[in-house]
Amino acid sequence: MAPVARWPVVRWTAAGVLLLLLLAFPLVFTQPHPRHVVITIFLFAMLAQAWNLLAGYCGQISLGHAVFFGAGAYTSTLLGKYFDLSPWIGMAVGAVVAVAVSQLIGYPVFRLRGHYFAIATIAVGEIVNTLMINWDWAGGARGLFVPIKRPDSFVNLQFHQSKQSYYYIALGLLLLAFWITRKVEVSRMGYYLRAIREDQDAAASLGIPVAAYKQRAMALSAALTALGGSFYAQYILFIDPDSVFPTALSILICLVAVLGGIGTLWGPLIGAAILIPLGEWTRIYFGGTGKAVDLLIYGALIMLVSVIQPGGIMALAQRGRRRTG
Amino acid sequence: MPTTLLDVRGVTKRYGGLVANSNISFQVGYGELVGIIGPNGAGKSTLFDLVTGFQPADEGQVLLEGESVTRLRPDEISRRGVARTFQKLKPFTQMTVVENVMVGAFQKTTDPARARNQAMEALDRVGLADKSEAHARVLSTGQRKRLELARALATRPRLLLLDEVTGGVDQRSIPALVDLVRRLHGEGASLIVIEHNMSVIMGISQRIVALNLGEVIADGPPAVVGRDPRVVEAYLGQAYVA
Amino acid sequence: MTAEVLVQGLVSGLLMGFVYALIAAGLSLIFGLMEIVNFAHGEFLMGAMFATFWAWALLKLDPLVSLPLTVLLLALFGLLVYHGLIRWILGAPMLAQIFATFGLAIFLRAAAQALWGADFRLVKGPLVDGRISLAGIFIGLPQLVASVGALCAFGLLYWFIRKTETGLALQATSQDRQAAMLMGIDTQRMFALGWAIGAACVGAAGALLAMFFYIFPDVGATFALLAYVAVALGGFGNVPATLLAGVIVGIVEVLGGLLIAPALKYAVVFSLYLVVVLWRPQGLLGRF
Repeated sequence: MAPVARWPVVRWTAAGVLLLLLLAFPLVFTQPHPRHVVITIFLFAMLAQAWNLLAGYCGQISLGHAVFFGAGAYTSTLLGKYFDLSPWIGMAVGAVVAVAVSQLIGYPVFRLRGHYFAIATIAVGEIVNTLMINWDWAGGARGLFVPIKRPDSFVNLQFHQSKQSYYYIALGLLLLAFWITRKVEVSRMGYYLRAIREDQDAAASLGIPVAAYKQRAMALSAALTALGGSFYAQYILFIDPDSVFPTALSILICLVAVLGGIGTLWGPLIGAAILIPLGEWTRIYFGGTGKAVDLLIYGALIMLVSVIQPGGIMALAQRGRRRTG
Repeated sequence: MPTTLLDVRGVTKRYGGLVANSNISFQVGYGELVGIIGPNGAGKSTLFDLVTGFQPADEGQVLLEGESVTRLRPDEISRRGVARTFQKLKPFTQMTVVENVMVGAFQKTTDPARARNQAMEALDRVGLADKSEAHARVLSTGQRKRLELARALATRPRLLLLDEVTGGVDQRSIPALVDLVRRLHGEGASLIVIEHNMSVIMGISQRIVALNLGEVIADGPPAVVGRDPRVVEAYLGQAYVA
Repeated sequence: MTAEVLVQGLVSGLLMGFVYALIAAGLSLIFGLMEIVNFAHGEFLMGAMFATFWAWALLKLDPLVSLPLTVLLLALFGLLVYHGLIRWILGAPMLAQIFATFGLAIFLRAAAQALWGADFRLVKGPLVDGRISLAGIFIGLPQLVASVGALCAFGLLYWFIRKTETGLALQATSQDRQAAMLMGIDTQRMFALGWAIGAACVGAAGALLAMFFYIFPDVGATFALLAYVAVALGGFGNVPATLLAGVIVGIVEVLGGLLIAPALKYAVVFSLYLVVVLWRPQGLLGRF
């Protein structure tokens, strides 16, 4: 086994260097497209990290996380449109709404285990999607435009001149997700969540209120996902049920985390850093989104990961290190 | 302060037409080690599930230090001071040995460093300290039994329920496990132990409760219960491991 | 709403229900055998519909004529999936099992889109066409043939698992894998067979649906979701019960559309899933 004491030092130094590089990136790459790709990586890494808290650490495979993403996106946009509230306030309210929704969903659904739970989360996602399509006040199927504010300002969370501010806000959100996950990981809650994932009965026998901890994990996960949703709305400036509530989005969030390695701190970022550029590249190389080449590769990758190493790239890396170390 | 730690009063559990536990009553005093015996299907594990809240009793009451825990959830009963192991072992396989035990220790503290110390103490008591950084999935059955025991001990229970101490363990490891239980008892722990191996259970228990077909058929000192004609009859045709 | 509209709705719900039941039967069979949910089930259906479409477009074969070929093709595909993917994840954590079939679903859907585009296609002028009127109730002939066909296929499946030796071995494996192994049943072979039969059921359903339903890469998603609901209603693993469950789903879908709002009919069906798994997780009829 590798010297245990030295690895964290190496790892955190590497993390520091990575952070500096990420901070410097927009200064070097001033074109919109590379920035857009990295912003998307940040967003999906953050969403996958939020999902990871619930699915990776606590073992509850949610396939309906788009509900929380959509809750964030719609709350901030609707509050801006009808009440002229700042997106930052909308973002906070969106997180609260998502938490409320998550507790409402969680109460019945967490009584289910395994596949029943996974399918139930798809069902909830589809129900919410259908309701949103038919809710006219919230734009229905046509969707909503985020009210345009000029000039660019941090308060309005809109930047039409350059993507640089979006970039740093997305990075900030990603760091927040990392910080929360790390906090959870090393605390009692992290141990409890993993214990619940491994064996619910054994966890309960040791005094863990299983249902309450699942709800807590769900609340944290939902709140973070909603922040991502509000950011997305402010970044794209248009939302509709098809873009923020579809099951396909829920799945993509899982794919990112699963590919990178769930139940690990770094897995979501690694997964996003591979899948998002891959998607961009195939779109450019094969032209248009209609060809779905990116999805073809995603699907194949996920099958491969499931068969070869369900722990994702993180587990592969760890295995490699153990062999050489 | 009441003199009985656990008071089981007439608990009954039915599955459809089958009565798994029928009007079972017995008591456990402070510092006592009570053995539970009975042929397969006698209702021993069901009784554990009723006491620890994993299944609801249809009738009857379970009192801990005079207070009813009958309708409480498993985690609530655990926090009242009743810890248990499972016949079918349930280690947290993707966590290390010490992390497994820390989960138990976290019942009494939120501080990870303190939980780790307490976990190491518990591992020391069961003789598994040298495996603390190993993943639980690589442990042998005997080691897993010790792990579950350490996990339960780390919650600092007032009463410990052990389901099958030697079941599935290879012959050579049995004496050490038995010694371990005996030592825990010597240190003042109150225990209920389910055990198939007759010589083991007769050797360590102060009192034996014998079950058959979901009913208590004998309750008393090992020497008396061992000679009880109903117990002998219940075990006829079963291998009596002497 | 008039009684006529209601009866009309109930009849069409009943007819679709038999098709749902056939789709759900394959899903339930596979789950009962190895506790794996085939999340690519809808894509199997989509594949069968496309196979039927191309047989018609390229070879001028009517859906009813190509049906046996489609069933055979899907059965072979089921075997391929079992041996190429499922066999390797039998002992894997549940997460790996979920994502293996999910990955397959994404792959198949994307493959269809890459190969044939996202257009909606339709088999025009099938052998059976038009509609008949019975006491003021209109029934589309393709729908009628599809539901009768689905019912026949279901009957065949029922006969197979209940009356043949292989079918009984399948059932034994489903009830207790260990015991089946001790009885000398090759459980691996049973699993493979389960996938072949499960896929064959969707093959038949897809061929029948292709007579009157639009065909496009995402077509399977909705049917798969309805099938999950039916499987949950019948009890995961209970194949015969999916017949009743499928009919219930078909009727609830129509009633949801008529009584609440057409746009919300699927939301009503999915709510039914939640109610059933929460209130009676073993399904309305339990396991066989």
